[in-house]
Amino acid sequence: MSRPQIAVSAAGGLGSLQQTRSRVGEKLIRAVLVAAAAVSILTTFGIVISVVVPTIEFFSEVSVTDFLFGTVWTPLFADGQFGVLPLVTGTLVITAIAVVVALPLGLGAAVYLSEYASDRSRRVLKPTLELLAGIPTVVFGFFALEFVTQMLLVRIFPDIDIFNALSAGLVMGVMIIPTIASLSEDAMAAVPSGLRDGSYALGSTKRQTAMKVVIPAALSGIVAAFVLGISRAIGETMIVTIAAGLEPNLSLNPLQGMQTMTSYIAAAGSGDLSTGSIEYKSIFAVGFLLFVMTFLMNMVSIRLVRRYRQAYQ
Amino acid sequence: MPEQSIEMQLSSALTDGRSQGISDEISNVVFTLDDLRVFYGDYQAIRGVSLTIAKNEITAFIGPSGCGKSTLLRSFNRMNDLIPGARVEGLLAYHGTDVYGPDVDPIEVRRRIGMVFQKPNVFPKSIYDNVAYGPRVNHIKGNMDDLVEECLTKAALWDEVKDDLKKSAYALSGGQQQRLVIARCIAVRPEVILMDEPCASLDPIATSKIEELMRQLAVEYTIVIVTHNMQQAARVSDRTAFFTAELDEAGVRHGRLIEYGPTRQIFSAPQDKRTEDYISGRFG
Ligand SMILES: Nc1ncnc2c1ncn2[C@@H]1O[C@H](COP(=O)(O)OP(=O)(O)OP(=O)(O)O)[C@@H](O)[C@H]1O
Ligand SMILES: [Mg+2]
Repeated sequence: MSRPQIAVSAAGGLGSLQQTRSRVGEKLIRAVLVAAAAVSILTTFGIVISVVVPTIEFFSEVSVTDFLFGTVWTPLFADGQFGVLPLVTGTLVITAIAVVVALPLGLGAAVYLSEYASDRSRRVLKPTLELLAGIPTVVFGFFALEFVTQMLLVRIFPDIDIFNALSAGLVMGVMIIPTIASLSEDAMAAVPSGLRDGSYALGSTKRQTAMKVVIPAALSGIVAAFVLGISRAIGETMIVTIAAGLEPNLSLNPLQGMQTMTSYIAAAGSGDLSTGSIEYKSIFAVGFLLFVMTFLMNMVSIRLVRRYRQAYQ
Repeated sequence: MPEQSIEMQLSSALTDGRSQGISDEISNVVFTLDDLRVFYGDYQAIRGVSLTIAKNEITAFIGPSGCGKSTLLRSFNRMNDLIPGARVEGLLAYHGTDVYGPDVDPIEVRRRIGMVFQKPNVFPKSIYDNVAYGPRVNHIKGNMDDLVEECLTKAALWDEVKDDLKKSAYALSGGQQQRLVIARCIAVRPEVILMDEPCASLDPIATSKIEELMRQLAVEYTIVIVTHNMQQAARVSDRTAFFTAELDEAGVRHGRLIEYGPTRQIFSAPQDKRTEDYISGRFG
């Protein structure tokens, strides 16, 4: 492409095109922003290395198979066993209870807020709901132990353990409702109103429009909300430490106490284990497994969302 | 075309058009509007409109932007109910029944009176599921495959999509999407189809396909269309209603009906100066 010649007369007043003002401020800001990004990246690196190194050391003493498939977790015994399955089932049972509570309630709240509530009630309700997300988890933990277990559950299940998976799971579910509801509502609010109009104009009810048009159209955002909520549940530590007990227990019975991966890490980490001992390294091995599980879940859900999208775009 | 005056374009559109045999009298009435007023909160968008819509005809609503054409059209199938604060006064009767009567179910109204919007609003579903959506939510019995084929055929889309019914509707072009929306609309077997600027986002070829389709559909359906395109109104409609927005004594703008009659008459011998100015492009 040849560009037409443009004659610029020197007297035209355009002046020099060279930079006249020094742009120190510009460079400074750039440097600050780069540093800010670098801090988080370096921290992530640091975490990965400080987890991976002791994990590798751990597996030089305990075989991966014994760790993954062993059914007894007694790291503090003289002849300790490192079968992580009791911690994994504890985590999964409690998370499953939380999910059973939080998915329907969170999605229901989101559908109500986005499709049924008037503008005025939405403006009041949504921030109120989000307030729930700001409650410290330690408060939820004591609520689970003192109220849910001792006032409610003991009446329904007389032989329930004082520390049990059920109350921890229920309260954890309540804890992640705001995350799921708020993000799902954002996704549904972003669905073009033309789609709703199209559905109503065909004689659909509100419920049909919400279920068959709005939710499917917002599905990728809703799945993202679910994943974030579930990730929070899996990584949650305080509620399970307080309400579910610290007894590793390979069981699916939610009325019993259970230790989760996170509550083991918290409890062992706050004890006085000597650095370099196998018990100490087991903390990192469990942490690493937790990381892998969360990571896999995120990957799978991203896949799911993408597959759904491909089908409809 | 560009050298032709607007008058000449319109008159040729009229000669091609379908309004030749249309008489002033309407014998087969579908809608009767009597002093219909529509409000958004305190704001009155439309001053009393009185007119009748004839069965199996195409009625066009024309007029400058903001004169309340969409508002009026949306009151026919109670879509305005969905807008908080929107309210209707006066009479809007469908086959003699007050659409806003106390026992009337807006869902039932919308099932009988379908609507096609300016932007093709296909659902993020397959082509098949888009057409099947209305019958499914309305629990219409029968063979769905046959119904889908029938509606896509009527909407002049079947030949283009018959091999990819399972494909996403988003993969279609804008003009195809708008025909899919029409197929989806007739799948619930409405009697009336309301169209709010159905060709506004389409190119001329897609537009002429939709216009052709409207003429075919008018055999079976009653169609009310809002359009900004004068030639389109002249080409496809039997009757035309012209609206404007005018200031009242208090300085508030309201939409109102200026003139209504057979399209041929509105375009070739308008009774009102404002109509004449608007269709000849002299409107401010
Ligand atoms: N949801 C609403 N809330 C409040 N006022 C509205 C609403 N929709 C429309 N209006 C007002 O009602 C009047 C008529 O609007 P309407 O959309 O019916 O006009 P229109 O003739 O369809 O215009 P256009 O040709 O631009 O589509 C306008 O003054 C508009 O501002
Ligand atoms: Mg409009």
